[in-house]
Amino acid sequence: MADGPVAEVLLRQLEAADGGLDSADLAAKLGVDHQAVVGAVKSLQALGEIIEAELRSTKRWELTAEGEEMAREGSHEARVFRSIPQEGLAQSELMQLPSGKVGFSKAMSNKWIRVDKSAADGPRVFRVVDSVEDEVQRRLQLVQGGQAEKLAEKERSELRKRKLLTEVTLKTYWVSKGSAFSTSISKQETDLSPEMISSGSWRDRPFKPYNFLAHGVLPDSGHLHPLLKVRTQFRQIFLEMGFTEMPTDNFIESSFWNFDALFQPQQHPARDQHDTFFLRDPAEALQLPMDYVHRVKRTHSQGGYGSQGYKYAWKLEEARKNLLRTHTTSASARALYRLAQKKPFTPAKYFSIDRVFRNETLDATHLAEFHQIEGVVADHGLTLGHLMGILREFFTKLGITQLRFKPAYNPYTEPSMEVFSYHQGLKKWVEVGNSGLFRPEMLLPMGLPENVSVIAWGLSLERPTMIKYGINNIRELVGHKVNLQMVYDGPLCRLDAEPGPPQTQGAA
Amino acid sequence: MYKRVMPNGEIQKLIITEETAKIRPYAVAAVLRNIKFTKDRYDSFIELQEKLHQNICRKRALVAIGTHDLDTLSGPFTYTAKRPSDIKFKPLNKTKEYTACELMNIYKTDNHLKHYLHIIENKPLYPVIYDSNGVILSMPPIVNGNHSKITVNTKNVFIECTGTDFTKAKIVLDVIVTMFSEYCENQFMVEAAEVVFPNGKSYTFPELAYRKEIVRADLINKKVGIRETPENIAKLLTRMCLKSEVIGDGNQIEIEIPPTRADIIHACDIVEDAAIAYGYNNIQMTLPKTYTIANQFPLNKLTELLRHDMAAAGFTEVLTFVLCSQEDIADKLGLDISATEAVHISNPKTAEFQVARTTLLPGLLKTIAANRKMPLPLKLFEISDIVVKDSSRDVGARNYRHLCAVYYNKNPGFEIIHGLLDRIMQLLNVPPGEKGGYVIKASEGPAFFPGRCAEIFARGQSIGKLGVLHPDVITKFELTMPCSSLEINIEPFL
Repeated sequence: MADGPVAEVLLRQLEAADGGLDSADLAAKLGVDHQAVVGAVKSLQALGEIIEAELRSTKRWELTAEGEEMAREGSHEARVFRSIPQEGLAQSELMQLPSGKVGFSKAMSNKWIRVDKSAADGPRVFRVVDSVEDEVQRRLQLVQGGQAEKLAEKERSELRKRKLLTEVTLKTYWVSKGSAFSTSISKQETDLSPEMISSGSWRDRPFKPYNFLAHGVLPDSGHLHPLLKVRTQFRQIFLEMGFTEMPTDNFIESSFWNFDALFQPQQHPARDQHDTFFLRDPAEALQLPMDYVHRVKRTHSQGGYGSQGYKYAWKLEEARKNLLRTHTTSASARALYRLAQKKPFTPAKYFSIDRVFRNETLDATHLAEFHQIEGVVADHGLTLGHLMGILREFFTKLGITQLRFKPAYNPYTEPSMEVFSYHQGLKKWVEVGNSGLFRPEMLLPMGLPENVSVIAWGLSLERPTMIKYGINNIRELVGHKVNLQMVYDGPLCRLDAEPGPPQTQGAA
Repeated sequence: MYKRVMPNGEIQKLIITEETAKIRPYAVAAVLRNIKFTKDRYDSFIELQEKLHQNICRKRALVAIGTHDLDTLSGPFTYTAKRPSDIKFKPLNKTKEYTACELMNIYKTDNHLKHYLHIIENKPLYPVIYDSNGVILSMPPIVNGNHSKITVNTKNVFIECTGTDFTKAKIVLDVIVTMFSEYCENQFMVEAAEVVFPNGKSYTFPELAYRKEIVRADLINKKVGIRETPENIAKLLTRMCLKSEVIGDGNQIEIEIPPTRADIIHACDIVEDAAIAYGYNNIQMTLPKTYTIANQFPLNKLTELLRHDMAAAGFTEVLTFVLCSQEDIADKLGLDISATEAVHISNPKTAEFQVARTTLLPGLLKTIAANRKMPLPLKLFEISDIVVKDSSRDVGARNYRHLCAVYYNKNPGFEIIHGLLDRIMQLLNVPPGEKGGYVIKASEGPAFFPGRCAEIFARGQSIGKLGVLHPDVITKFELTMPCSSLEINIEPFL
């Protein structure tokens, strides 16, 4: 554009002009659209100090469509006057004329015509004067000729009241010479080309300056899901700490492994339809390790292994009921049972991160499906102090260093602890996990040696992800209503990096 | 501290008849004599019963509590079961008498009681407790009679707990009387009541048993990770209201477990109390010396590798729900649900929870539908588990790890999805070719556009299909552009 004809003309005009020129005037002079001149001004501006352009707001008076018609044909009252012959005109006839209605009252008030009401065949209109000066038309023509300033303020507002005139704001540029003014603008190159390289012509060409403030072109790439990026990090943390990944590729579980083997009684409210998804088909587990089942049955109903038991009638049919697992602790139970069958006992560290299902009330932070993270250590002589120690190492890798512990209750751990960390953004302690030592009633029937303790802890994957990525509604993160733009824009998951400014209001 | 005492006069008796056996066989009872209620204590008394009903009584199904103004009644009491039409009384807070049938109807709309009706509703006989004058105390587990209603002025309380779990009934009774015997004239004394079972056997309640357990001090130290002397441990436990003292060789601690602690069933429960008294945040944190070499679960290791290269191939990962409607995995894909071998949920609250997915495709298509405003093409993938019935598994079902990708654009892009398959095979080191490699063969399926579908064979085994989706599928998922998809089972590549 800066090398276009309009720009060239503008520069030459400017050279000849005294002081400067107005863009609208130039447009009128050249007979081009004002926008073309504005475009030339802007592109010349981009070249540096060649011109100076000042934005001005000018007001102009312009005729409306009606005003233009009147400037051509004359005002309504003048037309009315002209259409009355010597002998006068019946008022009814007059009113039928195009300018009739409006012109009549105006012509009357100007005292150009009069009405004889007593005429024989109805009121008749007669000329009062012989000729008239159509002031209105004259004034409109002045405005049309661009000399609206010759009219008095009062005259202009009168015309405006009759909707013949409007005030138009025009934004124009007052263009003057810049410090680097020159009438010759050479064509600017955008970019290097192979031909320029081989011919060396790049040396003589000016290049258009880059706008470094504009964005680049994002590469056409795929993206990983934010929750799964966090999962990758947690997997990494466990592997770094020597934890072996447990098989968890079974969403369907029997009540036995999900509850009974964990010493959760059959009367426990969590086993209600309200909290657990039970299956219609397949409704029951086909196989259970029967000698282990018997030991579990005895422990629940009669006690044993140093325990009083729950003293209720334990039922096999209840244990057979299939469900969607409510926690991955069922997978841990299977893993510990397998470990217990291997003699002699070797210590183990296990972890899992996988999906669990709860039939609970849903809201902005709760869904029926979510992911549980679980860590387990089985060894001789483990203590609550060891559990706290390993939790400290685990959370340190997440960038969480301040931890506090509170007593809690789980049906299958005793002692149990809730783990809290201090959230800098929310300025309060928030729960980051649940933990404990598995009860002997759970471990001993499996066949684990008596002095082996098993410490375990768990947390959800969704919560730290929502806090990390500043997401308030879990449905934007998980499921098909995911906000794909959020997936496209998501940063690397760096769990131990400094937390960003707080964006959630307690997604906890 | 808590004592069961015999009354000065006749002991209150509750006689159970055999009719209760089929519906609600157990009952226990006790008396709080000369109790002084204030408004707060009264409210607390009612609240305790509600809370117990909700948790340990498992919403009244296991145990139901009835408390009565003893001075309005006259023992001995009879706990029996009768035909609903034969039970007629004025229930709590009502002004006239109703039969049990009428009450069942009335309470159907009562927000509080409607949840318990199912416990006895369809039984031929309903439980009911009378006094010697035929006054009905209660119809457990639904409602008490108005006659024996407790007020702030009640001085003597008769408590009965009926239920299907004897142990729980005894525990619940113990909890109530220990909590409120504090307000009796003889503090912490509970008056005994006798319960006679149909077989003639007679029990005295409440049990209020104290038991003694002996735990070694070093066990507690070892489990918690502290080094306290037996005397200190005994002090810690005593602070937790578990009266303890060192006995024997100086290493044993004898602990008295009061009836308020029915939760203490193993030494580990005592260990927790000791740790709480010590203060969790005072325990020294140490690292276990457990030395282990970690292993990844092979299927997850493979998944992680593939995910990254799928994104590198320009596809975006999504995470969709396992639970969905039957329509999603059958009708909308032109299949009958019985052909899918899907796992069905019982009593789903909404259609969204009817089945577990047997294919990842619906989830991906629903994601596109929810992100209509995003620029085209949309290239999405997911590597995750589907579920099918399998009678060779112990639970009768199993997961399979699937990989599914879709391409959604103004043109179906079969060659792009096909190209993605080629890339995946390249990454899995499976060469093209029928022998020992992979090949695709023309196929058909109700979800695919005729002539634009192929089955994928790797090392002789069918692993899935790819193709252009049938317009019916596209419209059923509320989409408008052509779409092609690829779904394979990746487990054969382990």
